Amino acid sequence: MKRIKSLNTRSMKQSMVKGGCGECQTSCQSACKTSCTVGNQSCENNK
Amino acid sequence: MIHQYKSNGYNIVMDINSGAIHVVDDVVYDIIELYEGHEKSEIMEMLASKYPKEDIEEAFEEIETLIKEESLFTEDIYKDYIIDFKKRKTVVKALCLHIAHDCNLACRYCFAEEGEYHGRRAIMSYEVGKQALDFLIANSGNRRNLEVDFFGGEPLMNWDVVKRLVQYGREQEKLHDKNFRFTLTTNGVLLNDEIMEFCNKEMANVVLSVDGRKEVHDKMRPFRNGSGSYDLIMPKFEKFAESRHQTNYYVRGTFTHFNKDFAADVLSLADKGFKQISVEPVVAPASEPYAIQEEDLPELCEQYDLLAKEIVKRDRAGKHFNFFHFMIDLEGGPCVAKRLSGCGSGTEYLAVTPWGDLYPCHQFVGQDEFLMGNVWDGVVKTDIRDEFKLCNIYAKDKCTNCFAKFYCSGGCAANSWNFHHSITDAYDVGCELMRKRVECAIMIKAAAADEEGE
Repeated sequence: MKRIKSLNTRSMKQSMVKGGCGECQTSCQSACKTSCTVGNQSCENNK
Repeated sequence: MIHQYKSNGYNIVMDINSGAIHVVDDVVYDIIELYEGHEKSEIMEMLASKYPKEDIEEAFEEIETLIKEESLFTEDIYKDYIIDFKKRKTVVKALCLHIAHDCNLACRYCFAEEGEYHGRRAIMSYEVGKQALDFLIANSGNRRNLEVDFFGGEPLMNWDVVKRLVQYGREQEKLHDKNFRFTLTTNGVLLNDEIMEFCNKEMANVVLSVDGRKEVHDKMRPFRNGSGSYDLIMPKFEKFAESRHQTNYYVRGTFTHFNKDFAADVLSLADKGFKQISVEPVVAPASEPYAIQEEDLPELCEQYDLLAKEIVKRDRAGKHFNFFHFMIDLEGGPCVAKRLSGCGSGTEYLAVTPWGDLYPCHQFVGQDEFLMGNVWDGVVKTDIRDEFKLCNIYAKDKCTNCFAKFYCSGGCAANSWNFHHSITDAYDVGCELMRKRVECAIMIKAAAADEEGE
């Protein structure tokens, strides 16, 4: 496409299929302890 | 739901429900803005004076391709899925161990009241800690990765117990096929070579508290006698970060109403050579002089913009560092279940006091109405757990139309409680800052993609 450049992103819909295993890190254990940020965490199944 | 914005010369369009993100030209940007409320012919007319007809036609074709590919104007199909997901039996996978309710600093913004959490000074005994690890293993079901954060107060004031608990955890993980990920949050006062060496062997992450510039740090993080702590901790943190090969740690600071120009604090840490940096807004009642006020927001948002642009510049010059709140994993990030189901406090994540009481998270410790049970009897007040279990994006009205909901998971329950006495509300100032950070984080990704494409 000429006018649109899409960034590579994980499909939310696809992630329903095998999602929810819960092996990923708890968000507050990362660094924050006062906010909640999940977008920066990695999926254990994508490692 | 669409969110579109312009930042640092990029036109960014986020399709919230699919997770897709597009960097577009001006024609596409303007059409998308009008797309849902108008017919094509109307839009053609409205933009006729601005762009040539063939450009508009071409942009329409590209937009329609994205719609067919389900990456633009997609529907929210997750509500029932998330509600079902949250109904599942919960397991515990993470504990915040309050290894010491005591501290050798007297930070002015401490939510734990200089380590004492509205209670008495205390340190956790080995027996209580051991029972906490047993409780975690017994309640973790099939989850293999278990997280334990040694927190305080200041955990190094009870270092021997930390070491013994790590050793106990390592023995138990073999017996139960678990994998403990230990982390430590420290102010650095008692840090020494022996502790660093132990942490480098055993701790998956360490969080090192420092606020940035010396004058900013010393004002908010003094010793009990009033003198600053920067000169004592900084050389140790520099050494520690190097010894961990500049990875698996964060230098973590708090900014307040007193240093609204916090980008300078982040950059001060970057200039010291730190590669993993987190500097976050203080959360405090509006009555505190250091609290972030609503009128501070424009200046703080400007600081995030400034910082994001500087990061793009440094990335291009090969001087990359990570800023925690701008980190975003677009390709390998969490599944939608994780994104929409909240932080896990009160269900899969619990805090343990020095005497073994369980609370939904470290921020609730000391608030009697949130005492859930203890490490011997487990969660006794199941009504508290069940209330937290229902806490998700769809339970929060303020999240419904918020574009950041897939990135923040509904925000911090404790902040919501502190400001609105409800865990399904949201701390508005925090939300505003979160939205800004998401925009900046995505702009940085757009800039990186642009650089690769050139």
